[in-house]
Amino acid sequence: MKRTAFTAVVAIAVAGLIGACGSSGTSSSKAPGVTATSITFGAHEPLTGPAAPGYSEIAPASEAFFKYVNAHGGVFGRKINLLIKDDAYNPTNTVSVVHQLVLQDNVFGIYEGLGTPTHTKVVSYLNASKVPDLFVASGCPCWDNGASQPYTFGWQPNYTIEGKILGQYIKQHFAGQKVAVLYQDDDFGQGGLAGIQAEVPASSIVAKEPYQSGTTTLAPQITAIKASKATVLVDFTVPIYTAIGQLTSFTLGYKPQLVISSVGIDPTTVGGLLKSISKGKASGTGLIEGAITDGYLPSPTDAANPWIQLFQKVHDQYDAGAPFDGNVEYGMASAYTLVQALQAAGKNLTRQGLVDAINANGAKWSGPGIVPFRYSKTEHGGYAGAEIGQLRNGKIVLMGGPLTTDPSPSSPITPYKTAQAPPPASGIPTK
Amino acid sequence: VSALAARLPRATLARSLLIVAFLAVLLGLISTFISAYDDLRLAYAAYYFAVLVGLTMLTGLSGQISLGHGALMAVGAYTVALLVGNEGWALAPALVAAVVVTALIGVPVGAAATRLRGPYLAGATLAFAVGLPALADKYPGTFGGENGLSINPPVAPSFLGANFPLERWEAWVACAGALIALFALLNLVRGGFGRTLRAVRDNEIAASLCGLRVARVQTLAFVISAACAGLGGGLLAEVLQLAQPGAFPLQLSLSLLTGVVLGGLGSLAGAAWGAAALVLLPSWTTDLAHSFSLPDKVSSNLPLAIYGLILIGAMLAWPYGIQGGIQALVRRLRRGAARTSDNQPARRTG
Repeated sequence: MKRTAFTAVVAIAVAGLIGACGSSGTSSSKAPGVTATSITFGAHEPLTGPAAPGYSEIAPASEAFFKYVNAHGGVFGRKINLLIKDDAYNPTNTVSVVHQLVLQDNVFGIYEGLGTPTHTKVVSYLNASKVPDLFVASGCPCWDNGASQPYTFGWQPNYTIEGKILGQYIKQHFAGQKVAVLYQDDDFGQGGLAGIQAEVPASSIVAKEPYQSGTTTLAPQITAIKASKATVLVDFTVPIYTAIGQLTSFTLGYKPQLVISSVGIDPTTVGGLLKSISKGKASGTGLIEGAITDGYLPSPTDAANPWIQLFQKVHDQYDAGAPFDGNVEYGMASAYTLVQALQAAGKNLTRQGLVDAINANGAKWSGPGIVPFRYSKTEHGGYAGAEIGQLRNGKIVLMGGPLTTDPSPSSPITPYKTAQAPPPASGIPTK
Repeated sequence: VSALAARLPRATLARSLLIVAFLAVLLGLISTFISAYDDLRLAYAAYYFAVLVGLTMLTGLSGQISLGHGALMAVGAYTVALLVGNEGWALAPALVAAVVVTALIGVPVGAAATRLRGPYLAGATLAFAVGLPALADKYPGTFGGENGLSINPPVAPSFLGANFPLERWEAWVACAGALIALFALLNLVRGGFGRTLRAVRDNEIAASLCGLRVARVQTLAFVISAACAGLGGGLLAEVLQLAQPGAFPLQLSLSLLTGVVLGGLGSLAGAAWGAAALVLLPSWTTDLAHSFSLPDKVSSNLPLAIYGLILIGAMLAWPYGIQGGIQALVRRLRRGAARTSDNQPARRTG
C-alpha cells in the first residue's frame, strides 16, 4: 500500500511532465504567425458532425484560393497558410481548438471560424488576447460591435439584414398570407426572425417554431406549422434541417411557398442531403424548387460572371475534389477579402495594423460581393445587404437588383446601383 | 525509491498531507516552466483526474460500473455556470456547491444502482448519461439550450502580478481541485472505508455476514465518486468558461471509463495516467492522422479509428492498465537487481 501511494506520486509527476514536454512552445516576441515569407491563419470548421455536409467545403476552398494567390507571388512576398481544425460544430471543441491554434500553433489570427453557437464562445478570448478574428463564417448580429469587440469582423450579411430583405419581399409579394417561421434556436435563427418581424406585420405571422441544433427530427415543428395553416414558410435553418424539414412537410402533405435564407439553401448541398436522408427516394432539388432566397455573391451557376470564372479556374486547379457550389464560392470570396485586407495593411504587418486597415478601407472594397461591406471603426458587420433570388430548375437566379440596409428595424431598404468590377487575374487586388 | 517511500509517515492523514503538499509544489513548479498551451492541457488533465480518481475508486474498489459520470460532470458544470454566471458567486463557493449538488443527485442514482448488477447497472447509468444533458435543450430558458451558458474567465489574484498568464492560473485552480479530491480519496481508501469497500467487492454475502450494510456502502461509494465528478465538471466549466451539452456527450462517459481502465483500475496513480491519456491521446491521434496526406473526409475521421487501435493494443499489452504495466516492470527490474546482488558475493567467496 505504501509503495502504491509512492508510485502514485511519481505517476502524477511524470504525467505532468509528459504534458509539459508535449510541445515546444515557440513564443515569438512581436507578431506571432508572420515572417518575411509567410503568414499563418487558423480556422475552426465543422469537418465532421451535423453541420459538416456542405460547410466542410468552405475552408478547403479558401485554402485553394490562397494557394492560387501564393502561386502568383503571395501578398508582399508572403505566402498565406491556413491551419484548419475540426470542431464538429461543437462549441466545447471550438474553445479547445482555438486555444490550440493561438497558443500552440501561434497563428497570426483566426480566420473564417464557422458557426454562431461555436464562435460566440471564443470571441471574448480572442479580443482579450488581441488576436485578429476575421470574417467569421456566420451572419450573427453579435460580431457587429467594433467598440466592444475591436478584433472581430463578420463577413456575410447579418441575419437580421437577410431577414429584413426576405421579409420585405414577403410583405410585397405574399401580402395578406399567413406566414410561419422555422428557425434554429440560437443567435442565427433568432436574428433572422427579428428581421422578418421588422418587415412582416405581426398579425400575419401565425407560427414561430424553434428547433435545437443537433435534434434528429422536426416532426413536432412541421406538424404545428401545418396546423397553423400558414401558406408561406420561412426557414432559418442550416442545410441539413432544410432537408429534414422539407422531407417532413412532404410526408405530412404540406406544401407552403418556401422562403429560405441564404444559409440553408445551397442546392448542391440540400439536394445531396435530401437524397441521403430519404435513402435515395428524393432526388435533386424538387422539394425546394421555387423557394425564394437571397444572395450577396453571384450565383455559382452564372458562368458569364468573371468572378465565377476566376473561382472556377482556382477550383479546377486546387480543389477539384469538391463540387463547385455555393459553399466553395463562399470560401473563395471570403479568402479574396482576406487578401484585400492583407494588401491594405501593407508590408509591415502587425495584428493592430491589419484591424486598422479593415476599419479604414473595408467599406470601399469591391470584390465578388454584389453589395458593399459595413466596415468602420464601430461597424464590423460584413455585407450590407443582398439580392432576392429564386430556385429555378435547381439553380439560384437572382432578381430585382441588390438591396442594402442595416440591422436596425426602422432603417429603410434601398437599392444599390453600383455595378460589380471584374476581378484581377492573379486574385491579388492592387491596393 | 522504496527507501524514500519507507520514510513516509505511517499515519494516514499526515502521509496524505505530505503527498499532496509535495505534488502541489511540483505541479506549481511545472506549470511555470511550460508554455501557456501546456498549462491549459495541465488544467484539462487536472479536471479529468478529479473525475477519474472517484470513478476508479467506484469501479476498482467497490466493483460498480458507471457509464453515467459524464452526466454527473454536467451537473457540476451547470451548477458552477449558473452560480458564477447568473448569481455572481465567487468560484470557490460555486465549486463547493457543485460538489454538494452532484453528491445529492448521486444519492438516488447510487441507491438505485445498488439494486442492479453488471450490465443492468451499466445500462441504467448509460440512460442517465444520455438523458440528463438533454434537459438543457428541454429548458433553454434556464440552461441556454444548445448554446450553453458562458462565464467570464477567472481573474488571477492581483498579488501574482498583472501579467500572470490566465492559463497558468486556470491550471493552478484545476490542480488545486484535483489535489483536494486526491487528498480525500487517499484518506478514504487507506482507512476503514477502503477496507469495507474491498470486502463488499470481493464477496457481498461474506461482507454482510460480517455486519456490513452492503447497499449503504455501495451507495456511499457512488455518492463520493459523484461528488468527485461534480468537482471535475465544475473545474471544466471554469477552464472552458462554458457549460454546454456538447461538452457532455455519451462518448465522455465512455472515455472516462476508458481512462480508468487504461490507467489501471482501482489505482489512484492510474487515474493520473488515465487523465494524461485522455488529454494527450486525441491530439496525438489527430496529428498522426493528418501527417499522412489523405483526403479531408478520411483524415478527419481517422483519429477515432487510431484511438480505438491504441486502446486495443494497450489492453493486450497491459491488461492491468498503465499503472499495472509499470508495477510489473518495476517488479521485474527489482527481481533482476536482487538476483545479481545475490550472485555477486557468492562468486567472490567461491
